[in-house]
Amino acid sequence: MTAIGKISVQRLSLYIAVVAFGLVAPYLFPAYQIQMTELWLFVVFALTWDLVGGQMGYNSFGNVVFIGIGVYACAVVQVGLYYDVGAYTAAKGGGMNFVFDSTQYLTGLFLGLPVAAILAALAAAALGTAVLGMRGHYFAICTLGLGIAMGELAGSWEWIGAGSGMTPPEPPDGLGDTNRLFYFMSFGLAIITFCAIAWLLSTRFGLAINAIRDGEDKAEAMGLYTTRIKVTAWTFAAVFLGIAGGIYGNLKRFIDPVDTAFSGATIGVWMILMAILGGKGSLWGPVIGAIVFQVFKELTWTYFLGWQRVALGLLIVAIVVFFPEGIMGWFKEKFPERFGIRVDERLAREEEGS
Amino acid sequence: MTMLLEVQNCSKRFGGVIANQDISLEVEQGSIVGLIGPNGSGKTTLFNSIVGYHPVDEGSIRFKGEEITSLRVPQIARLGLLRTFQQTTIYGGMTCVQNMLISTSMRNVPFSALFSKQQGEYEERAEELLEFVGLYQKRRLIAGELSFGQQKLLEFAMALMNGPDLLMLDEPTAGINPTLINGLIDRLKKANEEFGITLLVIEHNMRVIMNLAQHIYCLAHGELLAAGLPADIQNDQRVIDAYLGAH
Repeated sequence: MTAIGKISVQRLSLYIAVVAFGLVAPYLFPAYQIQMTELWLFVVFALTWDLVGGQMGYNSFGNVVFIGIGVYACAVVQVGLYYDVGAYTAAKGGGMNFVFDSTQYLTGLFLGLPVAAILAALAAAALGTAVLGMRGHYFAICTLGLGIAMGELAGSWEWIGAGSGMTPPEPPDGLGDTNRLFYFMSFGLAIITFCAIAWLLSTRFGLAINAIRDGEDKAEAMGLYTTRIKVTAWTFAAVFLGIAGGIYGNLKRFIDPVDTAFSGATIGVWMILMAILGGKGSLWGPVIGAIVFQVFKELTWTYFLGWQRVALGLLIVAIVVFFPEGIMGWFKEKFPERFGIRVDERLAREEEGS
Repeated sequence: MTMLLEVQNCSKRFGGVIANQDISLEVEQGSIVGLIGPNGSGKTTLFNSIVGYHPVDEGSIRFKGEEITSLRVPQIARLGLLRTFQQTTIYGGMTCVQNMLISTSMRNVPFSALFSKQQGEYEERAEELLEFVGLYQKRRLIAGELSFGQQKLLEFAMALMNGPDLLMLDEPTAGINPTLINGLIDRLKKANEEFGITLLVIEHNMRVIMNLAQHIYCLAHGELLAAGLPADIQNDQRVIDAYLGAH
């Protein structure tokens, strides 16, 4: 059931369909390219949130910390490779004195993203060691505070532009449509994140984080290295969040410390909504949730502008009342056999199957 | 006679309540030892002290000759000393087989082993043990949806999966259907004889403990009241008084 070698034809065709759609989508619907780019980033946010929040049961409101670190780290590398970062931010986004040619721009971007990943991972390892000892509400509140604190810190750090924000390098004209580049980077990242998490969940590590979710005291009593497992899971999530942050900052073209980088009130909450909407603790749940959420968000922003927050609130209420376990959770409850949950009529191993 | 577990003069207070006072007991390698006593006599506190949930105020605890008094729960578990809970704890959101697979021993297993795929031999062992406790049919069901008694059996199977040297059971028959109790006694004996697991059992059901244990300790009011063979304990006037109330 779970073995990778036994992927069914249905499942394989589903994968192929998703990848094929992702590849042709920007050519078919160029008008929605930015929204679709955002969607793939949301998939990454939701998947990584679910790894810690859904699979491990640690509801983090602070994952924006790693996105924000990624946003700034990538932008700083992109600028810092060629210019003085302080002078760049003081000039409010450069202007004529800070021009990047195509090679400089691409070098900065492709060096910035790994740096973003590494710094986000280091931050997760350090913060995780400190706060993952807390459980339940304490952990949730603490991570909420971390996100806000990071926003305040970034908002008072002159070198990266403080409260007036920072502008990532302006793409040179010679590169053509850089948004298409960002689209494919986001799409690629979403695919890699999905595969990485699918792999992680297929190992014993996946069972270990589920065990922590269901009974951390029991897991400890059985000798599991609970602290190390928790920190590792959060760090794993942070790697992808850091890269996604690097892309996100460039996509937005302007980095506000609180509204773009450490946006706990929007992205930080949305990623949780997406995971819960699709189904916490399942692999496809966060993906489905991100798609439904992004479509819903864009539709209401377009057709109910001014009422979009109300619509979002109604969506949350609807989720909580009708799909408390999310879309995948609902399916699992309706069709448990499809998920391998079934009674075996045989009483013993040697008995022949009925 | 090698002693697997040696508890020496352990005391534990919670504020003004003396939960354990100067308790010493020994568990011989390969034996089944019982721990009885009226409610609130300090049995579970002693269990918690031994497995490292809370430090003792005084005294020392040695396991396989090694001082474990100040070690923490997972460290002690990795040495091969495991306990089950009075309030059964299993991983409620996972299937029975998954519960079993993540219960394998972490003794001498590096952290990186967690990133390996599930191995077939473990799955085979998990199914064998689930069959042993009578849960084979339900192995693909979500553990949290099993009945209380079945969860208790699953918890026992998980402990066996870990293959500890010493297993401490906190009221293994509480809440189990009386007709299943005999089967459980047989399984406990079998775990002891065939799998070589030493058992220390807290039990209120006198018929069970007298059938099972070779040696019994009795606690009352946090103190060790009596110790000896089941027959001696049964006829000990102090034990009878403690249970029924002396005049």
